[in-house]
Amino acid sequence: MIVLRVRVDRERCQGHARCFALAPELFELDQFGNGRERGDGRVAGPLEAKAWLAKANCPELAVEVIEE
Amino acid sequence: MNKRPPASDWSTDFDHLDPRWTEDPYPIWNALRQSCPIARTERFMGAYFPSRYEDVRTIAYDTEHFSSRRPVVREYRPPLIPAPPITSDPPEHRPAKQVLLPAFTPEAIERHEPRTRDICRELIGRMAGQSRCDAAVEYAQEIPVRVIAHMLGVPEQEADQFRRWIKEILEIGITDLDVLMRAQREMIAYFAEKIAARRAAPREDLIGYLINADIEGRSLTDEHINGTLRLLMIAGIDTTWSAIGSCLWHLAQHPQDRRRLATEPGLVGSAVEEFLRAYAPVTMAREVVQETEISGCTFKPGHMVLLSFPAANRDPAMFPNADEVIIDRKENRHAAFGLGIHRCIGSNLARMEIRVALSEWLARFPEFHLDPNLPVTWSVGTVRGPRALPLLLGA
Repeated sequence: MIVLRVRVDRERCQGHARCFALAPELFELDQFGNGRERGDGRVAGPLEAKAWLAKANCPELAVEVIEE
Repeated sequence: MNKRPPASDWSTDFDHLDPRWTEDPYPIWNALRQSCPIARTERFMGAYFPSRYEDVRTIAYDTEHFSSRRPVVREYRPPLIPAPPITSDPPEHRPAKQVLLPAFTPEAIERHEPRTRDICRELIGRMAGQSRCDAAVEYAQEIPVRVIAHMLGVPEQEADQFRRWIKEILEIGITDLDVLMRAQREMIAYFAEKIAARRAAPREDLIGYLINADIEGRSLTDEHINGTLRLLMIAGIDTTWSAIGSCLWHLAQHPQDRRRLATEPGLVGSAVEEFLRAYAPVTMAREVVQETEISGCTFKPGHMVLLSFPAANRDPAMFPNADEVIIDRKENRHAAFGLGIHRCIGSNLARMEIRVALSEWLARFPEFHLDPNLPVTWSVGTVRGPRALPLLLGA
C-alpha cells in the first residue's frame, strides 16, 4: 500500500505559509513563519487531498509529497 | 507625466507610465509574452520587462546579477536610500529580514484582526443610508493605512500625510526627483521623532519592537530602524488598498462570483488567492549589477528590470486560463508577494486585511455594481489598483 509523506524543503521555503493555511493538520510554522511538516510528515488517508493541495499552492516549490 | 511621448513599440520602447498601460496592461503583456518575451526600453535610463513567469522567477532568484538596492524603476537613478530588508542584498538581507519576521507570522498578525474588523465596520457604518459610494476612497484606502498606524503605534489621524508621501514616492517621484527626495526627508524626520519618543517612553508596538530587537546581539541603529519603518509604511498601505479595491472592482462586475462568495463564505480563502493572482498590485524592480543572459536577452549592468509579478501571474504557461478569474482555482502558485528571498514580509498581514475587508463588505453589501456614470481610475506606476471606484450599493 502506498503511504504519503510530506516534507518542506527548508532551503526553498520563504514563508508564504500557504501549506499551513491549506493543511494545518500536516504543516506548522516556526517562529519566523517558515513552514515545516508536522512530526514525521506521514499523511493519514483522509488528508491525502490536502497534501497535494499544499504542494499545488507553494510558490517556491518547497512542498514535496513522497509516495512510499 | 502627461507630456510623455506615447510608447512607439511595446517590445523596444515600453513605458509603464503610458496611459494605455495604466488603463489595461493585460493585452500588452499577452502580446509581449507571445512575441518578445523580454521587452526593452531606453526610457528610465534603460530598463527591461520580462513578461513570462519563468523569466520573472529566474531574475527574482538571481541575487548575483540583479540587486534590490533600487526597488522602484524611475526616470533617473536617485542616491541609494536604504530601507532594509527590501533594499538589501545577500549577505545583509537575511539578518535584516529575520529580525522582522516574528512580528509578521500568521499568529502575530491574528492579533490585529479585531482592530481590522472594527475599522472595516466603522467605515461601512459611515455609509449607512448611502445608495452610492467611492469604494476606493471611502473604504479600501482607509483600511491598511489605519491598520499600519495601529501596528506602528502612530496616530491614525496622520493617514492623509502617509498617503501623500506614498503618492510622492511611488507615483510622482518616478519622474520628479525633487518630490521624491523631499518626501524621503519628511518621512525620515517624522520617524526620527517617533523613535526618539519611543526610546523615552517605551511602548509595545512595532517601533518599540525594533528598538528592542537585535541582530547577533547588536541593537539596530536608528538609521536601520528608520529605514525599516519607512519600508513598512510605504509597502503596507497602497499595496493592500489596491488589492482590496481590485477585489471589489471585480465583484462589482461579476454577480455570480459575488453571490457565490456571499453564500459560501468558505470560498473567501481561495477567492482572495485568485484575486491576488489576477490583480496582483505590486511590481518590483531590480538593478542589473553584472551582465548576464536570460532567454536570449542580454542584461546590461546599470539598467533596471521592471519585475512584474502581475505579468508573471497572467502567464498561461503557468496558469491555465490565466486571464480568467476562477475563485475556486485549486492550483495557484501565484507570485503576488514575490518569489525568493524578498517574499513580501507583510503577506500574512495583507491576506488578513483583504479577507476581513471583503467579508465585512459582503456581509453588509451583498449586491453592488459599478456606477455607469462615473469613471474608474487606476494608479500609475509600480502599484496597480483603482483610485476611484464609484459603486451603486444595493440591488
